[in-house]
Amino acid sequence: MSPALAQAVECIRDAAAERRPLCIRGGGTKDFYGNAPRGALLATGSLCGIVEHQPSELVLTALGGTPLEDIEATLLEHGQMLAFEPPHFGPGATLGGCVAAGLAGPRRASSGPSHGGVRDFVLGARLVDGSGRLLRFGGTVMKNVAGYDVSRALAGSLGILGLIVEVSLKVLPRPAVEASLRLEMDLEAALDRLQRWAGRALPISASAWVGGCLNLRLSGSSSAVAEGMAEIGGEGFAGESFWSDVREQRLPFFSGQAPLWRVALPARAPGLDLGREEFIEWNGMLRWIHSDRPPEVVRARAEALGGHATLFRGGDRSCGVFHPLQPALLDIHRRLKAEFDPAGILNPGRLYAEF
Amino acid sequence: MNSLPAWSGGEFLEGLRARLPDDGLLVDPEQLRPYESDGLTLYRQLPRAVTLPATVTEVAAVLDWCHRHDVPVVPRGAGTGLSGGALPHAEGVVLSLARLDRIIEVDPLARTATVQPGVRNLSISEAARSHGLYYAPDPSSQVACSIGGNVAENSGGVHCLKYGLTLHNVLRLRGLTVAGEPVEFGGLAPDAPGLDLLPLVVGSEGMLAVVTEVTVRLVPVPHLARCIMASFASVETAGDAVAAVVAAGIIPAGLEMLDRAAIQLVEPFARAGYDLQAEAVLLCESDGTEAEVVEEIGRMSEVLTAAGAIRLQVSADEAERLRFWAGRKNAFPAAGRAAPAYYCMDGTIPRRHLGRMLRAIQAMERRHGLRCPNVFHAGDGNLHPLILFDDGDPDSVARAEAFGAEILAESVRLGGTITGEHGVGVEKIDQMCQQFDDDTREAFFAVKRAFDPAGTLNPGKAIPTLHRCAELGGMRVTGERQAFAELPRF
Repeated sequence: MSPALAQAVECIRDAAAERRPLCIRGGGTKDFYGNAPRGALLATGSLCGIVEHQPSELVLTALGGTPLEDIEATLLEHGQMLAFEPPHFGPGATLGGCVAAGLAGPRRASSGPSHGGVRDFVLGARLVDGSGRLLRFGGTVMKNVAGYDVSRALAGSLGILGLIVEVSLKVLPRPAVEASLRLEMDLEAALDRLQRWAGRALPISASAWVGGCLNLRLSGSSSAVAEGMAEIGGEGFAGESFWSDVREQRLPFFSGQAPLWRVALPARAPGLDLGREEFIEWNGMLRWIHSDRPPEVVRARAEALGGHATLFRGGDRSCGVFHPLQPALLDIHRRLKAEFDPAGILNPGRLYAEF
Repeated sequence: MNSLPAWSGGEFLEGLRARLPDDGLLVDPEQLRPYESDGLTLYRQLPRAVTLPATVTEVAAVLDWCHRHDVPVVPRGAGTGLSGGALPHAEGVVLSLARLDRIIEVDPLARTATVQPGVRNLSISEAARSHGLYYAPDPSSQVACSIGGNVAENSGGVHCLKYGLTLHNVLRLRGLTVAGEPVEFGGLAPDAPGLDLLPLVVGSEGMLAVVTEVTVRLVPVPHLARCIMASFASVETAGDAVAAVVAAGIIPAGLEMLDRAAIQLVEPFARAGYDLQAEAVLLCESDGTEAEVVEEIGRMSEVLTAAGAIRLQVSADEAERLRFWAGRKNAFPAAGRAAPAYYCMDGTIPRRHLGRMLRAIQAMERRHGLRCPNVFHAGDGNLHPLILFDDGDPDSVARAEAFGAEILAESVRLGGTITGEHGVGVEKIDQMCQQFDDDTREAFFAVKRAFDPAGTLNPGKAIPTLHRCAELGGMRVTGERQAFAELPRF
């Protein structure tokens, strides 16, 4: 065990013995996300470094405190990428924070092998649980059905099950060609077209509708991208900075003052109809909206459409930013938390106030 | 074993009967016999009763009643599993989900299918076909295996490098807790609130919840698929060629390998046109639009040639492509003809160690005096060594067992896993001791307790207790013993 890891284990054991809450923090770029952090700081910065990257294995293993930009730079050197295109939301974002937040970027709704969120690309993890035990789940191979897949369940866990010491990820080759298209159309037309295109084997790797414009990114072999562009039409544009601005929420839409809601919906859901403009991603399955409406109203609308709503940025976090859980699920959550963190010291309340 | 209190007196059984349709409860040994094992018939155990509910309400009622009486419940799909995951409990009830076999909805625009757990894997693709869509994960037993079983095992198939495992293609599971309470994992909208419990339930071998409805993602049927058959003069060069294809930024739709022994074994049987002079054959498939496939096959051919392929043949038409695959998929029936019995292992290793692993297996062949042809999902490093032995000869059996244990130990040593896609079940429970330390195995029990506090849902499978962690074993299959022997496998 490295000195940094030994120190983290000791810190957790001491806190558990005294039932002192800890706030696990990497780059601190996602402090805004989830319920308000509390507890003494457990910084992950010293758990830093790429442990292994074998390009021909399509696997990268790194310690939890490794900056995402280091990982992305290493992958880029070998023509590879994190297919889930995670947002950084500021300098210093770490791998552990990225997995704990479980947030994926525009490529998540891609066609082909890049499809999927953070958890779909997690292959294994090492974790220090709330009792200070070092656990190792999954591994570094694509196919592995030995033991429950706890490593994937860490994606989006906001640190409540343990300190993410190390993660192994499936990585993918960068597409040979990428091109971006822009088409003018209203929200209803955009939602309809996105569904139809998604059923037609087109190499669409990202979509964003805002202000009467549908923006698409196509990725793949030169022939596939050329064929897709011919079929879809619209006007081409240089998309690189646009898509990173979508991912990092740097477009003007995101400078709205009202609280920002993240609404996840089933594929065919219509417009939110909450009286404010929405920003649409993931073929219509992700909607961003600035709204001052009471949380119950936004949640009721999301639920009526078969989805759920998260208070993403701003607003009053004290009433709980995440959509409430069904009773049977809540029971399982409580028991899992009690098993992995019996003293209740790891990021308490960050996901749900109850634990 | 002392009988559970529930089985003394008739109250429990009568209560069970009252919760099921007339033909929904089996208790006569004669009727229980077909349920005494799954696809791994080496392990057999008669249950006390088999329940065959036809509705979700009946499933819930069975679970609730058993839970109230502390009676173990073993869920069962089509019974094609290969690790004994559906082996009955001597004091328990088998909960067959076979009658929940309805396709509830195919939504072509949303590209989803919602089905009951007893629906066969292939039926989903058949139902979606008219919309130009299909369900991608295709375990070789897909004509028989059920989607509920696929969820329990996180089944793969030959296309999972590009299209993912069951987990990557399931959006939502509706099910019941061990107490019969409704619960939902995942959702039709992405990123369901709370912890992502779907990856815990998928692959949990029926130990965390009972699945009663599955919504899967459908993807467009590719316009075209073509396959390259490439011959190599050594297994090492073939292994390096696999790495070269992936390193060149290509994700083949399928990438499979057979070694010389496997080629010699299947060619007379399947007449796939394999190169009998080759030390190893790679099957490398591309799918997509016509232009895309032409471009990719061209790049794949260049890489394979540069990596030392001595002969390349691209499938000229669909019939030839299917013939290439027929050889691969019939490796197991061919092994069944070549020897009285065979052990099939299921380890996965990092791709770059393929050559090393094969050399190690060759050394083991000499040491144990047994032949071991190899077929594998080379694209994801999942090996299926077939140890040929004579099950009538106790010495041969013992050598085969030692051989298998050595292969799995080597898989773990090379940084891999003891099971890539067949599951742990009862069969590889001892090898779990090699792969996971005490604390991690205890954490698996913690997960189990969180979902199933009473511990009555498929108890005793997949996770070994501390005191078990001493023995080694392997999967032993014989022609007589393997159910569904006619099914293409792996």
